[in-house]
Amino acid sequence: MNGLFANENGRFDPRLRQRLYYGRLFQAFSLAAVTVGLIVLSVLLLDILLDGYKWLRPEFFTQFPSRFPEKSGLRSALQGTLWMIGLTVVIAFPVGVGAAIYLEEYAPDNRLTRAIEVNIANLAGVPSIIYGLLGLGLFVRGLELGRSVLAGSLTMALLILPVLIVAGREAIRAVPQSVRQASLALGATQWQTIRHHVLPYAMPGILTGTILAISRAIGETAPLITIGALTYIRFDLKGPLDIFTVLPIQIFNWVSLPKAEFQELAAAGIIVLLAVLIALNALAIVLRNKLQIRW
Amino acid sequence: MQGQTVMADRVNLLRNKGAHNRSEALIRAILLLFALVSILTTAGIVAVLLQETVLFFREVSIVEFFTETRWTPLFASKKFGVLPLVNGTILVATGAMVIAVPLGLLSAIYLSEYAGERARKVLKPLLEILAGIPTVVYGYFALTFVTPLLQRVWPETQAFNALSASIVMGFMILPLVASLAEDAMSAVPQSLRQAAYALGATRLEVTLRTVVPAALSGISAAFILAVSRAVGETMIVAIAAGQQPKLTLNPLQSIETMTAYIVQVSLGDTPQQSLAYKTIFAVGMLLFLMTLVMNLISHWITRRYREVYE
Amino acid sequence: MPDNLEIALSVRRLHVYYGDTLALENINLDIPARQITAIIGPSGCGKSTFLRCLNRMNDLIPAARVDGEVLFYGQNIYDPRVNPVEVRRHIGMVFQKPNPFPKSIYENVAYGARINGYKGNLDELVEKSLRAAALWDEVKDQLRQSALALSGGQQQRLCIARAIAIEPQVILMDEPASALDPIATLKIEELMRELKQFFTIVIVTHNMQQAARVSDYTAMMMLSSENTRAGTVIEFGPTSQIFTNPRDKRTEDYVTGRFG
Repeated sequence: MNGLFANENGRFDPRLRQRLYYGRLFQAFSLAAVTVGLIVLSVLLLDILLDGYKWLRPEFFTQFPSRFPEKSGLRSALQGTLWMIGLTVVIAFPVGVGAAIYLEEYAPDNRLTRAIEVNIANLAGVPSIIYGLLGLGLFVRGLELGRSVLAGSLTMALLILPVLIVAGREAIRAVPQSVRQASLALGATQWQTIRHHVLPYAMPGILTGTILAISRAIGETAPLITIGALTYIRFDLKGPLDIFTVLPIQIFNWVSLPKAEFQELAAAGIIVLLAVLIALNALAIVLRNKLQIRW
Repeated sequence: MQGQTVMADRVNLLRNKGAHNRSEALIRAILLLFALVSILTTAGIVAVLLQETVLFFREVSIVEFFTETRWTPLFASKKFGVLPLVNGTILVATGAMVIAVPLGLLSAIYLSEYAGERARKVLKPLLEILAGIPTVVYGYFALTFVTPLLQRVWPETQAFNALSASIVMGFMILPLVASLAEDAMSAVPQSLRQAAYALGATRLEVTLRTVVPAALSGISAAFILAVSRAVGETMIVAIAAGQQPKLTLNPLQSIETMTAYIVQVSLGDTPQQSLAYKTIFAVGMLLFLMTLVMNLISHWITRRYREVYE
Repeated sequence: MPDNLEIALSVRRLHVYYGDTLALENINLDIPARQITAIIGPSGCGKSTFLRCLNRMNDLIPAARVDGEVLFYGQNIYDPRVNPVEVRRHIGMVFQKPNPFPKSIYENVAYGARINGYKGNLDELVEKSLRAAALWDEVKDQLRQSALALSGGQQQRLCIARAIAIEPQVILMDEPASALDPIATLKIEELMRELKQFFTIVIVTHNMQQAARVSDYTAMMMLSSENTRAGTVIEFGPTSQIFTNPRDKRTEDYVTGRFG
């Protein structure tokens, strides 16, 4: 670009036009990078939709899996998933929220607290299959719970605990100090302050975090395979000590079978799984907006 | 002091001390217990893995484990060399990084340096969806869509192969790299950028020659964390990469990763006391140590670079 | 100080440390009952820290250490056998920035009574407290609505109503009007004059005119010397005397505006 400094003394050669050109090129490249990811996502979703949609009929939800594709369905998988999630939440929610409360409201700044925090951070990065091995050794064999949905839920509870604790801590930390001080100045004890003020205020954030943790748990396959959740169950789930299967394992099973129809069944199962996840995440967003204390 | 007797009988500060203190202490103890679950979990993982690993190494020598080039614990002639499994894991992970790192970095640069506020608000969550898709879905996609595609380009591609899993895994990990890299780049102070602009640098130059180098440690930490994630990933490889442990650099071939092996054995009917049962813990222990080391390095790098700016 | 004055709080040899740093040095003070005592002084001399000692709110700061005694009608509130929760039941606090709970107006006032096991009629208590805080007429038809919808001045009067609902003996006020506009400020000052019939009031203020208008006694705080960050009370007496005829030259300099 000539102009103002057209007759510079010749010691500089900015070549601005060329540099700007490279800049635009790079910008296009980086935009392309973003788009590639989104394109792959769309192709994936489209492919699955096309493969599986024709199997989405009512029998798909009411039938057990079978040797015959037309007679196969998600009945046992859905039951297992529901039981597993239910038990997991019942176990993980109080422990996770309790731990978050302890770390934010009670914990002194000492070595034990730091050890706890380091552990939580590390556990978040442990591969999920390792949790499966833990569950296998501790719950299936150690506590002799067998390959039951209870053993699976305990394992999944440990898996999602770090996520819950982090979400809980953030929600609790967002409660302004002034509310705590006002409560304490009235002669409330620490627990009364937490129970009556901090927790209600933090609950929307905690619930959102819980829902996100649940949606992570619903898609998990590896740990449950490791603790021995079966891939072929043809009876209703009646109690926490029954053996079980879950939706992603059923999908995995169908994918591994040679017949093309089973692959399509797998795709149909995936559609159901994704639909559930979308619904959960939408619920989380709605909850976060509706319940945020602005009143 | 006069006057105090008027109120002294109405005010007794020692009134409630017992009840309050006891119940508060109990609640605090229970909550502490909940927080300790995290330490117990780590202890549990180490204990369970260690116990079976020790038993395993009573029957198989460590030397064989780390030097033998064949892994056939389920065959008649048993060989316990873990290298093929490690090879498979690293092969797939490397391929995934080849996709995730450039695309992730470029996406991060675009989102943090070029995209407008509205574009960011839309694009970022969309990319995050890639991370939220269950891995079993990715496995399906790899097996039924990507592999046939690869076979059309390279007909020698096997039905189960490392490349297919790598590609798909790469896109799964992309959002992780992108978001960590973006965090690292936004931690670079505006003042640094402005100094570069003030010298007449173009946006590209500011980004590539000032921001990225300044964020390099954060970006490396992101990279290591992503590798750790790839190494620990299970379902994609269990579905699409195969069950043939071998030492090869050819991604078009069927291999087996450490994680897929654990799944393979778990699906079978392995009796508890058998050696095969113990192998999954030995492999699991190795996997745990590998990811632990990587995570620790990544956190150490992150902590160090955070100090530099404060 | 006249001999027949009833003393609500008697501070003896009070020292406060943050970690290793001395923040308050050797404070000795008698706060008369059912009077308004103002604590004035330049910023940074520890007025709020001192106030928070009087209801053990400083206990909430891990690094803070308190030496000395604060006798509340003869009982030392820092006696190790005394639970701070119990102290705060009798010595209440109103904060600088109004901090009503994100609950209804009714619930805000009722909360303290509920947790302290009030056995009487809650509705009556709420009305009585809101009347005493000069807020009843403005909110009587919206008791179930959110407290956060009130104006700043109304919120602060709500906080006062909340504090007096549990019938403390002392109310501590940490710059209660500094976040409010002048008209709301005057309302709060008027309220204080009425409340002192029943409550001992200790107010920290950086506004000297307010201290002169509203208080019966005034304590002047300053850094105890030039090379320290520790504050202390350098003079205490009836407000009229402090403002017209202070004994300490530093007090005189401060109240005449020569510095601070």
